[in-house]
Amino acid sequence: MGTNTININIHEEQQRAEESIKAQGLRVLVCNGTGCIANGSNDVIAKFKELGADVSILTQHDKVTIVPTGCHGFCEQGVLVIIPDLNITYVKVKPEDVEEIVDSHIKQGKPVERLLYTSPQTGEKVYKNEDIEFYARQSRTTLQNCGEINAECIDEAIAKHAYEALAKVLQENNPEAVIQEIEKSGLRGRGGGGFPTGRKWRFTAANRGGKSYVVCNGDEGDPGAFMDRSVMEGDPHKLLEGMAIAGFAIGSDEAYIYVRAEYPLAIKRLRIAIKQAEERGFLGKNIMGTDFNFEIHIKEGAGAFVCGEETALMASIEGERGMPRPKPPFPANKGLFGRPTLINNVETLANVPDIIRKGADWFSSFGTETSKGTKTFALTGEVNNTGLIEVPMGTTLREIIFDIGGGIRNGKKFKAAQIGGPSGGCLTEEHLDLPMDYDSLIKAGAMVGSGGLVVMNEDTCIVEVARFFMHFTQSESCGKCVPCREGTKNMLKILEKIVRGQGEMKDLDTLEELAYAVKEGSLCGLGKTAPNPVLSTLKYFRDEYVAHIKEKRCPAGVCSALKVIKIDESICKGCTKCARTCPVGAISGTVKNPHKIDQSKCIKCGACVAACPFKAIKQA
Amino acid sequence: MPALTRDHSDWVKVDSIIDSFEAKKSNLIAILQKVQEEFRYLPEDILTYIGTKIEGLSPATVYGVATFYAQFSLEPKGKYIIKCCDGTACHVRGSMPVYTSLKQRFGLEDGTFTSKDGLFTLETVSCLGACGLAPVVVINDKVYPQMTTDAMKIIIDTILDEEHSA
Ligand SMILES: Cc1cc2nc3c(=O)[nH]c(=O)nc-3n(C[C@H](O)[C@H](O)[C@H](O)COP(=O)(O)O)c2cc1C
Ligand code: FES
Repeated sequence: MGTNTININIHEEQQRAEESIKAQGLRVLVCNGTGCIANGSNDVIAKFKELGADVSILTQHDKVTIVPTGCHGFCEQGVLVIIPDLNITYVKVKPEDVEEIVDSHIKQGKPVERLLYTSPQTGEKVYKNEDIEFYARQSRTTLQNCGEINAECIDEAIAKHAYEALAKVLQENNPEAVIQEIEKSGLRGRGGGGFPTGRKWRFTAANRGGKSYVVCNGDEGDPGAFMDRSVMEGDPHKLLEGMAIAGFAIGSDEAYIYVRAEYPLAIKRLRIAIKQAEERGFLGKNIMGTDFNFEIHIKEGAGAFVCGEETALMASIEGERGMPRPKPPFPANKGLFGRPTLINNVETLANVPDIIRKGADWFSSFGTETSKGTKTFALTGEVNNTGLIEVPMGTTLREIIFDIGGGIRNGKKFKAAQIGGPSGGCLTEEHLDLPMDYDSLIKAGAMVGSGGLVVMNEDTCIVEVARFFMHFTQSESCGKCVPCREGTKNMLKILEKIVRGQGEMKDLDTLEELAYAVKEGSLCGLGKTAPNPVLSTLKYFRDEYVAHIKEKRCPAGVCSALKVIKIDESICKGCTKCARTCPVGAISGTVKNPHKIDQSKCIKCGACVAACPFKAIKQA
Repeated sequence: MPALTRDHSDWVKVDSIIDSFEAKKSNLIAILQKVQEEFRYLPEDILTYIGTKIEGLSPATVYGVATFYAQFSLEPKGKYIIKCCDGTACHVRGSMPVYTSLKQRFGLEDGTFTSKDGLFTLETVSCLGACGLAPVVVINDKVYPQMTTDAMKIIIDTILDEEHSA
């Protein structure tokens, strides 16, 4: 086929984009993803813009540009304001702080100390992003631009090498070489299964010739994971470019991104990005002047977890109920609208441009023997620094939770981490030094999954968590196959019985039997993996199940049926705070007199325990 | 035919929604989303109509799709749709007390989700992607981070104040 001549010089485009960014003067980056907006980042931006009007009096910086960016990952500390030229990161910025940043720092060069991050380890103020432990130990590649660029402006992405890899593959015009490079990199699917991406591309490319599709799975169904959202919101061009390269490699000219309906901002930013890329000739017809056409559509989900499963997802794109179909046929042979289809996860595809640009060897220099590259994890739950992180595959749980995550909140003890969502398992103290990669996690009875990592402390009841996941999978089971539909229902019933304090020891055996039956008999991955949380908690925390059953006791003091909340009348000052906090009006009493809880009304939510300023309320 | 009892302008709206998606079967979900945005739920007569209007669909298929996806409601929803996230991250950080307090406040029995005055609909969702700020509540399109029962009470009070003064 020979090389192609492409009609753009991507390096010139980069230079031009860089110059336009330089012309922005002092760039003030304000995080502006879904979480950041919830934290009030739109108001911070508005305030900056309002005050930015008088910066002409500045001597050093003749111009200030406020750049709304994607998520920096450090959501706990939002709103984040980063001024790279001044080497500074401000955290927890409120609209009322903006004036001080502008007056003191931007105008007079005096940093606002009180808005700096304080290291919980050393108690010292930290000025630079790179010096904050949360960032210092990460290797951000997929997420690198999220938080550095304005996702709604294609030039900002181009200045960061967007579409350089696409230009390269179009110029070289060798789809086989692209597939080889992806194979060589060792990239494996980030959507859960960890299937080698290059091999999947090769299977689909074998059907080259007729109509075929690329589908990007942006359903991100694991509750507790938000890396795909961050990429779509913060660096959409990286995803679009990865998809176009995939399309070129397998010979497809049409693609869909399936985004869950809960992500309206991601949908908006993707639409803008697609439009801008088409205007530049990076997507659409005759891309960069070649005969490669590639059109990307967006499909919005409608709230069904099972639609993350690839065959269900394709049914949903076709406008049907999102029910999984038996495999084979595999999507590579017969997928969307009956045509060969390549389906990859958002993060998988977002890794592609860098692999092509920097080479497979660069990519495989990260990670372990069988799990290459970096992986994002959504670190949430009872950890000090919650947020989105990216580390080399094989980083240990200890490094993630204690170094990057800053340890467990409020000085509590680490109990377990749930990884892989409702399909995954839990990891305990004994796994803290386990390398987090596909194979080690499977061995430990868990899985990388999408990378949702929910940290639990001594106050979390493991049995309740198992019930929570079973409730989730049971209600999300599409009902097509009996083992999953009925099995999850019965497992849930048993778990509910146990947390209510009505369990019997033989229930544990039944639970295990059902778990294996559901695992074996189910049609799709939802059912096949639904019992995992139960099995792994039974394995590592059997004593907690037994405590619920034999002693009618919840060791973590969570299960409401097994706990009694009482007010210690000798400590109660009658401040009435508890009575006002109680959501069900179960607490009565008059001012300055000890209060009482009506046990028949109490739902044991614990709100009063947290509210009492005198620690007079205790649960037993 | 219940169709006769509906305002003509409603049908014009439905037709224009169907047309804007080229009356394509594969756009059914998007069509239903738009209809729900317009009417705040999916009225049965409109579902039937869509099923007869689009080629390759039947009212039963449309009904099947509408009942499959959690986003769709076949009953009218309140003016304020409150979504309490009960994803894993939010759950371990106490989403349930927030949910229970709202349920109590709106006087919702098990199995009902909309307050009697039609003002509030209370739902749970699994993960809104703002897990770093758990627990999260969304009211219409506004996201409220790190919610507590106290904070929620103030937010609902404010909404009610606005409603009463409007
Ligand atoms: C119940 C279920 C839910 C899933 N949810 C998702 C999801 O939300 N996002 C995703 O990328 N993959 C999800 N998957 C995996 C997909 O079926 C598929 O393997 C993946 O999108 C392939 O992309 P990858 O090879 O790039 O990982 C799910 C699988 C199952 C069984
Ligand atoms: S779990 Fe609530 S936002 Fe993700």
